[in-house]
Amino acid sequence: MPYAADKDVPRTGAIRTGPPARGASRRGLAGAAALLVTAGTLAACGGDGGAASSLTWYINPDAGGQAEIASRCTEASEGRYTIETAILPRDAASQREQLIRRLAANDASIDLMSLDPPFIPEFAEAGFLAPVPEDVAERVTEDVVESAIEGSTWRDEIVAVPFWANTQVLWYRKSVAEAAGLDMEQPVTWEQIVEAAESQGKLVGAQGARAESLTVWFNALIESAGGSIIVENSENPEDIQLGLDSPEGERATEILQLVAESDAAGSAFSTSTEDSSATGFESENGGFHVNYPFVYPRALGAVEAGTLDASVPEDYAAAVYPRVDEDTEAAPPYGGINLGVGAFSESPELAYEAAECIVEDENQAYYFVSNGNPASATSVYDDEEVLEAFPQAPVIRESLELAAPRPQTPYYNEISVGIQRSYHPPSTADPGSTGEQANELITAVLAKEDLL
Amino acid sequence: MSTTTLPPTKKTAPVSAPKGTTSDRARSERKLAWLLAGPAFLVMLLVTAYPILQATYESLFDYRLTDPDNRSFVGLGNYGVILSDPLWWQSIGITAFITAVTVLVELVLGFALALVMVKALRALRPILRAAILIPYAVITVVSAFAWQFAFDINSGFVNSWFTWLPGVAADTDWFGDRWTSLLVICLAEIWKTTPFISLLLLAGLAQVPEVLQEAAKVDGATRWQRMWRVTIPNMKAAIMVALLFRTLDAFRVFDTIFIMTNGANGTESVSFLAYRQTIARLEIGLGSAVSVLLFLAVVLIAFVFIKGFKVDLAQARGE
Repeated sequence: MPYAADKDVPRTGAIRTGPPARGASRRGLAGAAALLVTAGTLAACGGDGGAASSLTWYINPDAGGQAEIASRCTEASEGRYTIETAILPRDAASQREQLIRRLAANDASIDLMSLDPPFIPEFAEAGFLAPVPEDVAERVTEDVVESAIEGSTWRDEIVAVPFWANTQVLWYRKSVAEAAGLDMEQPVTWEQIVEAAESQGKLVGAQGARAESLTVWFNALIESAGGSIIVENSENPEDIQLGLDSPEGERATEILQLVAESDAAGSAFSTSTEDSSATGFESENGGFHVNYPFVYPRALGAVEAGTLDASVPEDYAAAVYPRVDEDTEAAPPYGGINLGVGAFSESPELAYEAAECIVEDENQAYYFVSNGNPASATSVYDDEEVLEAFPQAPVIRESLELAAPRPQTPYYNEISVGIQRSYHPPSTADPGSTGEQANELITAVLAKEDLL
Repeated sequence: MSTTTLPPTKKTAPVSAPKGTTSDRARSERKLAWLLAGPAFLVMLLVTAYPILQATYESLFDYRLTDPDNRSFVGLGNYGVILSDPLWWQSIGITAFITAVTVLVELVLGFALALVMVKALRALRPILRAAILIPYAVITVVSAFAWQFAFDINSGFVNSWFTWLPGVAADTDWFGDRWTSLLVICLAEIWKTTPFISLLLLAGLAQVPEVLQEAAKVDGATRWQRMWRVTIPNMKAAIMVALLFRTLDAFRVFDTIFIMTNGANGTESVSFLAYRQTIARLEIGLGSAVSVLLFLAVVLIAFVFIKGFKVDLAQARGE
């Protein structure tokens, strides 16, 4: 394996210097140090210019799954390429900022990148993604859940490779639902779970912090009510028609307010993120909780680390996302990660080859089981090992089929941040007026007539 | 009782110097001065003037980073958008509030710390100085995280240790409300930058002539009187310079807000607004205009201090 040794060599490109001769002046030492630092920095900036077979994959931070998959694919390539991972910032918005700024400067070091689906149209429209070869597009969309294909599509073309498909489910404590007399075999509504949690003195967890997760929640609510954030999409940002002041928008705001103002919301609801709401669900007050599937391996990990009692995850169960109206099916959030190939990559063919390796079924199954990130390939959900490690897998698959994406537009950031500004804190969102204000704000921002 | 300062020493030209002409020596000294300061001056032009000019130029355009082909000239349009937006004025208000609160508290605390450093036993002085300076050595983002974790409702210790204080309960959500968020932001800023101000004031304290103190003591002045009538008047220049530097710095507050609230609950500062437009929204034109306005605000502050309060930067250096 000719490239295996490469992994141990630091990529600084600095020349190893011997120890300075005895009596060497301090200035000489400082000069050498400065040279070393400069050489290292320059090399880090330039990437591995010459070595075309070294691919850099910009990944979102995870529990180590992507790095493991990278090394598996490096091995499987039998020396044609090596994949090295570079870690992006923690939250989706900062990941986008870093990638977009690098790509705007034609950064050739980005071969592969883990992209959050709502930002894919922006990347595609700006010409930051290398075109997907037709045969690759065909192969990577075979037996893949519909929402993941939709998330990788822009202007009716596949522009990214579906990797893993995330969705939120309704996590609940079996003991709490039972004590409240709530039949979880049937679809439940937000009103029902709030009432049940209040009756038991337990929490309903959701993401009320001013962050992307608030848009995720709001989008799921308005879609579940039968509406949409964008009612009429357009290439021209000024012509985008928003549906926030529609009856469905009002209904979504009612639910936001209902949850945030209920006794079941907990005292830090307006700063609650995916992570802190999962912590709340692990506590003795945990009752119901909408969140991604990572919640389950997170609790198992805590049990292993000795910080959580084993009975807690045993009490966990998952159901499809709560309904807004009793008779209308829920539209759970869709998320996950798709793989993009940088438009300025020096070896896009190899990068697509690597991408195909990364999304292979066994890698998706491994990622699902080890990191709790659900697969986009449907066959993974029949894998015995997956079903054993993740008993909630069938619910996740069902949820993925129902899931609705967030608005697909190159101006997604403006819309999402506008929603966060208007609907945060959720307890003060007013069904009568917030929708109209948000519509006005976002329309003005899209027309570049307002600050954000 | 009046304040006591030493009479200003007049900088007089040597009597022998011929009027209107410069001697060879003066000329060569001037040349040497330019040679010495020149490289620094060039570097300043490169790293300061160039970005400022570029931002000013770009602020006249409607320019989105992902769409460079549709860049168009809009003149002062971006400034119109900003100045007519209530969000801008709200951010100015918040920034001014944070600046005023932190600088005032830091001045009082910093002065107290400087006095402690001056009066401490010689053996203790180095340790004390190092201890006081530690917060200033901490990276702002790290300090912001530390304070955020301390006040966090899930992981923080503040809520459990300080329940005996009125207004603090086990379920107080510090980052869920504007004023409590601002309180924690100000606390973190004060903790971090008080050492800076105390260091500048320490330099000022060292300049107060011992003879004046002794004379005041002989005249029977109390400790308090010596402080107000001798010490403080003699270090006015140092105080003003410390205030000026900290005000300029505080007005650009960003990191702590970014980490703690990410602008939620109306805690956006002007720098944060510039970040949101330029980096998040990728509107380079609009964002540059916000940055230019922030720059002008900072220039105005410096101007008011130097002209309004007659701060003499040279005097503070002991020239």
